[in-house]
Amino acid sequence: MPEEHRFHLDIGSRFENIELVQVVLRDSLERLGMEDDARHWIDLAVREALANAIKHGNEQNPSKQVHVDLAVEGEEVVIRIEDEGTGFDPTRLGDPLAPENLLRPNGRGIFYMKNFMDEIQYGAGPGGGTLVTLRKRLTGPKADSRQDSEEEGTE
Amino acid sequence: MNVNVRQRGDVTVLDLKGKITIGSGDVALRNAVQEVMNSGATKVLINMGDVSTIDSSGIGELVSAYTTATNRGAKLRLYSLPAKVTDILTITQLITVFDVYDNEDEAVRSFQ
Repeated sequence: MPEEHRFHLDIGSRFENIELVQVVLRDSLERLGMEDDARHWIDLAVREALANAIKHGNEQNPSKQVHVDLAVEGEEVVIRIEDEGTGFDPTRLGDPLAPENLLRPNGRGIFYMKNFMDEIQYGAGPGGGTLVTLRKRLTGPKADSRQDSEEEGTE
Repeated sequence: MNVNVRQRGDVTVLDLKGKITIGSGDVALRNAVQEVMNSGATKVLINMGDVSTIDSSGIGELVSAYTTATNRGAKLRLYSLPAKVTDILTITQLITVFDVYDNEDEAVRSFQ
């Protein structure tokens, strides 16, 4: 992989820093030749992951950082976002499509991430915080458009 | 995000422009909806035509706006949704919750 496509950023826990990551991310994805649509959905997935890391992981503590890393592994672009919080159990999340949750103002971020990316994984980072890994194929049908939610499941 | 509030007859129209995302646009939308609700508006349209990006926080604010309006006996409807915003509402089945119209004239007529 060409080195210029990689990046690593450490940002403070402020929402306005999401825009900074977006600028660098867009540039990298463009250089990788991703289509506009695919870039848009990756942008949104990364926004959701960053927002969760800042809000829920680091609880907007300005002394804590969010670590963002982009790489290409095989045929996939892989983005890892790690916070400095105390960890997170994604299995505790409710289904945003359940009738009782449909009109809730929150609880959709991870669901969107799963729909926009080919794969997302949650785990513990080396520092004990949450590490979310987002994967998207560089080529093929799913690189060019979002897949319907039915194909991705609703967990 | 910028919000412009205008009247078209007895219909209050909110023109949104830019990003409705966490920490900025979502708050602007919440404040604008709160303001028009407090002023007694009962027919509210949100013009989504110039929304470039919306995240789950922005979607959450739209849902809150809808429930706030409904609880107060007002009607809140959306029009001119960009394709990607429609996709996002469709994924979470919210497209079935909101009344959505193609353009402003059609949306205004829906109140008659």
